Amino acid sequence: MKILVCLKRVPTTGARILLTADEQEIDTRNLGFAMSPHEECAVEAGVQLIEQHGGSLTVLTLGPEEAVEQLRYALAMGADDAILLAASGDVDPMATAGAITAAIRERGGGENPFDLLLFGNEAADSGGYQVGIRVAHALGLPCVTGVKRLDVTADGLEVRREAGTGWEVYRVPLPAVITIREGINLPRYPSVPGRLRAKKKPVETVEPHLVGGGPEKIRLVNPPEQDHAVQILGQGPAAVPRIVELLQELRLL
Amino acid sequence: MILGLIEHDRGTLNPQSLEMLTLARELAAAGDGPLHVLLVGGEAEGLAADLAPYGPAVVHLARHEALVDYAPAAWAQALVDLIAAEKPAAVLAPGSDRGSEVMAHAAARLNLPMAANCTAVTPGEAYRLTRVRWGGSLLEEAWLRGDPKLLTVAPFVLPDDPAPEPGAAVVRPFTPALSEADLLVRVVDRVQPAGDKVSLTEAKVVVSGGRGVGSAEGFDVLGELADLLGGAVGGSRVATNFGWCTHANQIGQTGTRIAPDLYIACGISGAIQHWVGCKGAKQILAVNTDPEAPMVTRATYAVIGDLHEILPALIAEIRRVRPGG
Repeated sequence: MKILVCLKRVPTTGARILLTADEQEIDTRNLGFAMSPHEECAVEAGVQLIEQHGGSLTVLTLGPEEAVEQLRYALAMGADDAILLAASGDVDPMATAGAITAAIRERGGGENPFDLLLFGNEAADSGGYQVGIRVAHALGLPCVTGVKRLDVTADGLEVRREAGTGWEVYRVPLPAVITIREGINLPRYPSVPGRLRAKKKPVETVEPHLVGGGPEKIRLVNPPEQDHAVQILGQGPAAVPRIVELLQELRLL
Repeated sequence: MILGLIEHDRGTLNPQSLEMLTLARELAAAGDGPLHVLLVGGEAEGLAADLAPYGPAVVHLARHEALVDYAPAAWAQALVDLIAAEKPAAVLAPGSDRGSEVMAHAAARLNLPMAANCTAVTPGEAYRLTRVRWGGSLLEEAWLRGDPKLLTVAPFVLPDDPAPEPGAAVVRPFTPALSEADLLVRVVDRVQPAGDKVSLTEAKVVVSGGRGVGSAEGFDVLGELADLLGGAVGGSRVATNFGWCTHANQIGQTGTRIAPDLYIACGISGAIQHWVGCKGAKQILAVNTDPEAPMVTRATYAVIGDLHEILPALIAEIRRVRPGG
């Protein structure tokens, strides 16, 4: 099985996000970076599939040159090769999907060469909820989003996504696009030999042709902090009668 | 005309659709009216009457013999057909799993931009909108263009009130032109685990644990409290990543977003990833040893102390005071 996982480099934010002076980006001078959580699970899912069924795993990101760190991390987890679509700043979802679609076709001499394309359900930072679906549409492939369980069957995939307290089941033939939710697995921590091997694996850098479509960012804004003071009910088990009163006030008892 | 896509599951309304209609009514009243809504699937027919108080002039009902359960691309094609026929100025859907997915399919088919999880819109030739990033811990102001403009509405931000002066809603059935490819991805089965647990999104009270719980066994007492209150159990990303609590119950940006009457956060520090999942709660009670933890300072109520001492005492007290308990 030939698998592609598309992932995004995002800052690891703390309890409050600081913005740059021009309000166009997050101030990342004091932040680390990581793979967006859904995509880390997508890489793990891809690695498990090639371990069980054979094949190859390519990882792709659209981002700054530094995003090669996240590609190397995915290679250390077990991917075979990587593609970096070098682009700086926020790239809108239509431009991102267009560049990814073009890179996939380029890999296959005009056709999609992959059996399975995995994305995160949504990027942790921009939260556009659309890149995987746009790529699926452009390539004429079926797409299931929000997947938290994935099984290979004789005729394709059986996948599940959460709905209420249960699961919805979908069956799709391959090739297909699946967008993954965190929780489908626990991503492995790359081993030292894995990290050493990753240094020698090929990373192809491509200058993508970006055709923007919107939405057009004007600026980023920190949401107003709620103006309220927490009411301390007490310390330790001595507070229990006050909690019971609160539950009664809220008609939960 | 403003068009709202109503999310439902086999005829049961997703209430986030009503929050979406609050924003859709604003846009309709600002000059882009009237308001129409779309229901996809014959099983949704009964919802038309329930939606009338929310102000749609027309309820479009997409029926097709092959459309028996949820099929994202088919829902999107029904939406695309209706857009071609009615030429709305904007199309809105709730920012739920299905709403986001169907809108993205429609946007791809129409080759138009889509803005996800909007909280406010200033209408005009282009819409100037505010949308949430990082699950709501950061806002983005942006221009959205397109004919029509496609957007989803962030959950748990807007009220879900009925329209002040609703008229009579006319129901107009139509048959979308669906291909086999549109129906390839559809719900073919459902798996419901045994037991009648309350779902996280529907529970009136959610008892949730984080790093401070310390172990899988530590979650037992949270489950006991949730059962006593008729609620559900949740966990932070730390708790689910350690395997103390199932991933299906993760509350946060990459898990479930909830809006219960009361959220009881036990041993959770309140990182952004978690906060955005629970900030929709009407009241938050934090139980934490650290009075400076973000979860404590942002909560409505807090008890400072060790959850392993407080929760067993609370359970015993509830059993004592509850009639017949």
